[in-house]
Amino acid sequence: MGIPAGLETQIDSVAPGGSEEPTATAGGHRQNALRRALRSDAAVLVSAGYIVLVLLVAVFAPLLTKISGWGPLEFDQSAIDPNLGSMPKGWGGGISGNHWLGVEPGNGRDIFARIVYGARVSMTIAIAATALTTLIAVICGLLAGFYGGKIDQVISRVMDFLMAFPALIFMIAVLSALPAENRQYLLVLVIAVFGWPYLARIVRSQTISLTRREFVEAARASGASGPRIVFTEILPNLRSTLIVMTTLAVPGYIGTEAGLSFLGVGVVPPTPSWGQMIASSTHWYAVDPAYFIIPSACLFLLVLSFTVLGDRLRVIVDSGEVR
Amino acid sequence: MARYIAGRIGAMILLLFLVCLFTYVIFFVLSPDPAVQICGKNCTPDRINQIRENLGLDQPFLTQFWTFLSGIFVGRTYGDGSIVCSAPCLGYSFQSSEPVWDMITARLPVSATVAVGAAVLWLLSGISAGLISALKQRTWWDRSAMVVALGGISIPNYVVALLLQYVLVVKLKLLPFPQPVKFTDSPGLWFENYLMPWLVLSFAYSSVYARLTRANVIDTMAENYVRTARAKGLANALVIRRHALRPALTPLATIFAMDFAGLLGGALITETVFGLNGVGKMAADSITKNDQPVIMAVTLLAAFLVIVGNIVVDLLYGLLDPRVRTASA
Repeated sequence: MGIPAGLETQIDSVAPGGSEEPTATAGGHRQNALRRALRSDAAVLVSAGYIVLVLLVAVFAPLLTKISGWGPLEFDQSAIDPNLGSMPKGWGGGISGNHWLGVEPGNGRDIFARIVYGARVSMTIAIAATALTTLIAVICGLLAGFYGGKIDQVISRVMDFLMAFPALIFMIAVLSALPAENRQYLLVLVIAVFGWPYLARIVRSQTISLTRREFVEAARASGASGPRIVFTEILPNLRSTLIVMTTLAVPGYIGTEAGLSFLGVGVVPPTPSWGQMIASSTHWYAVDPAYFIIPSACLFLLVLSFTVLGDRLRVIVDSGEVR
Repeated sequence: MARYIAGRIGAMILLLFLVCLFTYVIFFVLSPDPAVQICGKNCTPDRINQIRENLGLDQPFLTQFWTFLSGIFVGRTYGDGSIVCSAPCLGYSFQSSEPVWDMITARLPVSATVAVGAAVLWLLSGISAGLISALKQRTWWDRSAMVVALGGISIPNYVVALLLQYVLVVKLKLLPFPQPVKFTDSPGLWFENYLMPWLVLSFAYSSVYARLTRANVIDTMAENYVRTARAKGLANALVIRRHALRPALTPLATIFAMDFAGLLGGALITETVFGLNGVGKMAADSITKNDQPVIMAVTLLAAFLVIVGNIVVDLLYGLLDPRVRTASA
């Protein structure tokens, strides 16, 4: 959290490079090449594997907890020892056949169930935020870049305004001021509102450079309408940039959600989220490290996987290997 | 140039005004009634009305906003005029009834120490690690530094904070639990206490800077003018120092200005985890207590820093990059 501005600049460097030459017709061929290039990379395979695993776990959370036998909100008093300050009984924070990843100290909730449901919350929020951000960014970026003039002026000023906000502090402030019901939706909304300008800026500059290309001129000369040019000529050429950008945006939003939940303005208990689990483990980390390590490791690996994947995608798109 | 700067400052004032308005709307219109909160449990409607009147909450929105805004520059009074809040008035905390301005100035040194120390650390470690990586591409150093950097941008800083605290303080007992020791009291203790917050706050940033430096240096080393300098027979160290470093590091200067200006957000988590009583921790505490004047003030302070940072970036660019300088002249 407190995303360094440098990160944004790194993302900037996705610049037209990769999407220069190809036109819409080369799309199918390019997708195959992209898939080939990715498949031969061990780091990409491992990261993608972990992401898919988390996604599956998130989707099948109710099924998994049915198998493991404990729900995320059930208290198991027998798994904690009241004489030892309600510490989990047994090794590694109470890891046993009954509780696969141990239990929470204090109340004995099953950590496996909370991780599984937490994955659901974190992934839903991150993916929804990414989708919303991308949607707003693409619409505004295309409008500003394609039409220019007044529209560009207005959109660019709004972007400047939003980027001048200290995003994290403001998100915290807004979330704490608004009522706590429906926090999940608010989280997505707040993340998207403060996140879209960073992507829209790039979409805008790419659209400007694409609009000046011959094939757009040709389309215009053949009588294609504005919207038609945008959807059939420009948007397909933004695709690789968008894939890279969104892949790199997801870990940022996962981190943001976790951070906000860590600070107590994110997902409201008892709904579990990884950031919130880490936050509540801080009181226990010295006596029950497992409770702290498990959600932290899950979160770290997820963010790392998305970052590795996004990095590789960018290198491939930039180097033009896909073509 | 002077006109350009004047224009930028005008835009900055407008932006700050908008940020102010936006924040005010959110806090004083959308959030729960502060009078009810202050009043507490044994509360009567009369008392609520009295508090409203004292705080000026019975006034129309624009009047309230104007009073708040002018309070920052010329001060304001509360109630029947008996309570005077002088010049930079950001209101009083709902919780402690202290003037918010005093609360901020009392805690700013701690935050500044954390921020400046971390910045020095991440510039030194990030740039040197990136530089060595770029010059020794594909060696074990490069690979391991880049793996660490990748981890650094992926691990949340509160996790780093707790891990370090567990290892260095609880297990190895190398460092104390951080306390805001003053430098003037004991430089040694001061360093020991702030070292861990610095490490935590700078880790993510130095990772990003290492990656950026590496990429930029590799790019510039492939430029034609570097090849020319080499062809002239210049020593490698001289080529790097005179020709490659400047264009490679110029973009970093502007990024640094932005990052440093936005550091209040990062310091918030670091300070909260370590219990260091700075502006960030104050903001986090007031969030849980719904202390709106304090949150509002910290938000404004943070926005002010980011906007000033933006202007510094623009000016820096002109100073550092000769191409921009000639273009604007």
